[in-house]
Amino acid sequence: MDRPCGSFDENYKQDSAIIRTRTQWGWLIAFLILLATLPFITSAQILSTLNFIGITLIAVHGLNLLTGYAGQISLGQAAFVAVGGYTTALLNIHAGFSFWAALPVSALSAGIVGLIFGLPSLRLKGFYLAMATLAAQFIIPWCIVNIRPDITGGTSALIVPAPRLGGIVFNSQQSMFYIIMPMAVLVTIFVKNLVRTKVGRAFIAIRDNDIAAEIMGVNIFRYKMLAFFLCSLLAGIAGSLWVSWLRAVDADYFTLQESIWFLGMVVIGGMGSTAGAVMGVTSVRFMDLGVKTAANRLGELYPSAATGIFAGLGPFLFGFIILIFLIFEPHGLMHRWILLKNSYRLWPFSRY
Amino acid sequence: MDTFLQFFISGILNGGIYALIGIGLVLIFKASGIFNFAVGQLLLVGAFATWAFLKWLELPVWLSVLLAMVVAALVGLIIERLVTRPLIGQPVLSAVMALLALSVMLKGVFAFIFGPATVSYPADVLPGTPVSLSGASFSGELTWGFLIAVIVFGIVTLLFYRSRIGLAMRGTAEDHQLAQATGINVKHIFAITWMAAVLVAAIGGIIIGSKVGIGIHFTPLLGVKVIPVVLFGGLESIKGCFVAGLIVGILESIVGGYVDPNLMVITPYAILLLVLLFRPYGLFGQKRIERI
Repeated sequence: MDRPCGSFDENYKQDSAIIRTRTQWGWLIAFLILLATLPFITSAQILSTLNFIGITLIAVHGLNLLTGYAGQISLGQAAFVAVGGYTTALLNIHAGFSFWAALPVSALSAGIVGLIFGLPSLRLKGFYLAMATLAAQFIIPWCIVNIRPDITGGTSALIVPAPRLGGIVFNSQQSMFYIIMPMAVLVTIFVKNLVRTKVGRAFIAIRDNDIAAEIMGVNIFRYKMLAFFLCSLLAGIAGSLWVSWLRAVDADYFTLQESIWFLGMVVIGGMGSTAGAVMGVTSVRFMDLGVKTAANRLGELYPSAATGIFAGLGPFLFGFIILIFLIFEPHGLMHRWILLKNSYRLWPFSRY
Repeated sequence: MDTFLQFFISGILNGGIYALIGIGLVLIFKASGIFNFAVGQLLLVGAFATWAFLKWLELPVWLSVLLAMVVAALVGLIIERLVTRPLIGQPVLSAVMALLALSVMLKGVFAFIFGPATVSYPADVLPGTPVSLSGASFSGELTWGFLIAVIVFGIVTLLFYRSRIGLAMRGTAEDHQLAQATGINVKHIFAITWMAAVLVAAIGGIIIGSKVGIGIHFTPLLGVKVIPVVLFGGLESIKGCFVAGLIVGILESIVGGYVDPNLMVITPYAILLLVLLFRPYGLFGQKRIERI
């Protein structure tokens, strides 16, 4: 990272710190305080979008570990989110688990299902692996709907009770915010640190050249499995939070479309960048909110085309933006941000 | 025995249509090494174009289908020029992502123009009188659709192996740079391949549309089933595509008929998973050997 001149590292601790300068600490603390007070100052609609961002962020961090860092394409993230969500819902309803007990179980069960569908990655890569995870995306929701419709509710939605802690019931957007956001922040810190360790470096080595990585002594199978496990573990946490936030679960939430959106967020933010995932999720979800608002307005102006605009505008813009990013900025928003910061720092000698 | 025959033959009829759509994917993969994940939405291009010409312009059936073919070819050209050409030489993930993004975008366009409701053709595109054969009877659309599918499949295969343009396509499939060096315009070949792929997808879309109607949600799902078919046959193999299409069609129909109709939906994906685990290069595909 480029730093202003005169700021030197004097020991290893400073050298390996994520947050380097006092200004950065200041910004971080200010941001966290702002985040903590947001529920009191924003409107209900923005707040529910923020909650959704927090949940999506956890799932996208997982996918970023798998696709962005370890280089394994997954088209099945939404299915793993579904596993987590349904585990929480079923444990809540049929086994009387509290949300807090169901959360780790959901994460683990999603992680194990992820391991099963990650097995083909032993022999496959690229397109072939994408297809194996595509199979997961169709098979998992099918199993949820068809195998035991008497306990999963089949195609109809299940109602999930709100999480409780002592006397507090987390049944509003405001209260859920204080479960979701700390979780999202913790996961971000976890992922950010994980990718700086031996594991993260092994992931990157596998992504860049798996044969070379194997020759250097990286146990490819083990690390690919670990990537799949962590990816679906985080998906499971996201699913558990998702159903407790919506207080309902339906197999229709977790379609191929949703998996594509997760991948798109990784691409737009910048693959292989933790901050990029945050940027990607935030910008796509706010874009979606903006599109919905705009579609409502347009629908009022042109009532005859209202349903078409409402159903079509969001997917069209999302697909279009991913394509534009892939063609013109494959490194994503994060790369742009770094360029911008550097050019600001070097002005008037910068080129961008 | 009659019910078995019924399931078996309707499986073959469905399988022929899978094979027809699949050959588009095989051609694209052979030529440019890209796997067409947008195939589901591409079915809708031809299906909706025909519907629009029939319903809104009230043209006769043959003219509507012909115009829809023209539209499909144009869409193929546009996709090649605007989506896949800028991504030549990029990593696999970019190509996967670009085609997924394309499918999301097309879905938005269709939802905008045609709305989310399921529609069916106002006139009979294919004759609908059931065909009966030794006690079993089959839907007329499916039987005619199968015949058309086999004929188109044959034409495409003939063109690929017996014509000058097919020779150029095969050359491109071998090696892009060598093909370029012998005077083949590789970009034109990519464009022609995409055109052909969207054309066959459009024909498949029209056949499926005339049997079960067109909807932006379920038609693409029928199209995505072709992905297991192509993989089962081997990504580079036209012969494999046909054989695998029939096998998947028959298995799907028999599992649906004898075990559980619900299982029909995921049979192709279960086959896909098994193929990937035990024989990733498919029935007739090339075994890949990796070198550093």
